[in-house]
Amino acid sequence: MSVRAQIGAVVVKDVRSEVRNRYAINALVMFVVTAVATILFALRSEQPGPATLAGMYWVVIFFSAMSGLARIFVSEEERGTALTLQLTTSPGILFAGKLAVNTGLTLLLTLSVSALYIVTFPGFVIRSPDIFALTVLLGSIGFSASATILAAIIAKANSRGTLYPVLSFPILIPLLMTVMNATEKALEGAAFIEAVGDMQVLVGYCLIMIAGSFLLFDYVWND
Amino acid sequence: MRSSSVKLDSVSKRFNRRTIFEKVSASVNAPGSLAITGRNGSGKSTLVKILAGVLSATEGKVSLTVDGHEIPRELLYQQVGFVSPYLMLYDEFSAAENIRLLESMRSGRRAADTEIDSLLDMVGLAHRRNDRIGTFSSGMKQRAKYAVALIHRPAMLILDEPTSNLDAEGIAIVRGVAERQSTSGILIVATNDSEEAGWCSQQIPLGIG
Ligand SMILES: Nc1ncnc2c1ncn2[C@@H]1O[C@H](COP(=O)(O)OP(=O)(O)OP(=O)(O)O)[C@@H](O)[C@H]1O
Ligand SMILES: [Mg+2]
Repeated sequence: MSVRAQIGAVVVKDVRSEVRNRYAINALVMFVVTAVATILFALRSEQPGPATLAGMYWVVIFFSAMSGLARIFVSEEERGTALTLQLTTSPGILFAGKLAVNTGLTLLLTLSVSALYIVTFPGFVIRSPDIFALTVLLGSIGFSASATILAAIIAKANSRGTLYPVLSFPILIPLLMTVMNATEKALEGAAFIEAVGDMQVLVGYCLIMIAGSFLLFDYVWND
Repeated sequence: MRSSSVKLDSVSKRFNRRTIFEKVSASVNAPGSLAITGRNGSGKSTLVKILAGVLSATEGKVSLTVDGHEIPRELLYQQVGFVSPYLMLYDEFSAAENIRLLESMRSGRRAADTEIDSLLDMVGLAHRRNDRIGTFSSGMKQRAKYAVALIHRPAMLILDEPTSNLDAEGIAIVRGVAERQSTSGILIVATNDSEEAGWCSQQIPLGIG
């Protein structure tokens, strides 16, 4: 039995479904645009420093990711297709597939927000691309692993998307602090060696989150 | 023909503190069939979900054995076909896409067009193969579910309210499916229609006593 082909099929199904329904993309785009516009109005002509910019960058990603990624399970539950999935695939395969889709979406999100920030904020200059790229990559994986398992819990708990950012915050604090820290360094033009500690934390966080979610998902998914 | 059998060993189910059924036992060897009957709310759907591995029993044991191997719960989906009015297909995909996507998720293989076409033909939907399920009538959706449930030739086919929303022609198609399954594998029917229950050689009534 080719597990990889099965995971691939979950991804294909979700991507095609997303292309037709835009459950997650619409929520993401709306959030990003509103948040960035609000920040621009609030700042007027002020030029925030790297620490503030790094914070603003991840706040937008955090809230849009949390609102958009939840859709991936909530929509299955709302439409009644969760049972279809349970009858079609194992929890492990489903989790791997949904995690891959969420990671892809989050990477797309961080890329678009980065592009938007580079054009809108003159102070948002990526002086250390190596630190920035790795931070964004690991941050996206960490976000999606937590988002995927939280979405599954919430979809099953029947409480819909509203609870989501609230529940996710405590779990994501260590991740948020670290990515903000590392992003600040990337904006300041620090050498890679200065960010090694942050990267170690990020790698650790991702591994723990993925392994933990994978184990937890079995219990969440089947009654 | 594969040898398979399913066994319910004093299975009980409680939701919170409400007991739905208690100590239900039954077994079916392929080729064979079992009808689960009982009034509304007696737990028929609950029991078939336990059989399919999507709900767990509070007490007791359910086991499906195929070719001498007991199938672990997380792999039951490969051996089970399931049709019911509350099972949903993906509205945004066509009938053929639903069958192909769900089958590739289930087995990792790409179903051949001829396979998909012959199943859609069997349920009388060949002319609508490329239309989105969302545009189907409820009877057409019910027919499409049979194609999805049969593409992997399941050892155990579970039908919950098999003919809901179907017209006379649809009912005849389902009767044919049920007949073939009960002479080649395991058929489970949950129903409160005595005619449908009559398709099966054994019956267990729920909610008595
Ligand atoms: N998720 C659930 N949580 C709590 N109770 C449930 C749940 N699912 C079912 N029940 C209860 O279990 C009982 C049996 O429900 P079930 O759907 O199995 O009945 P049924 O025999 O299929 O009825 P019908 O003939 O109407 O289809 C009902 O009392 C129902 O309220
Ligand atoms: Mg029922």
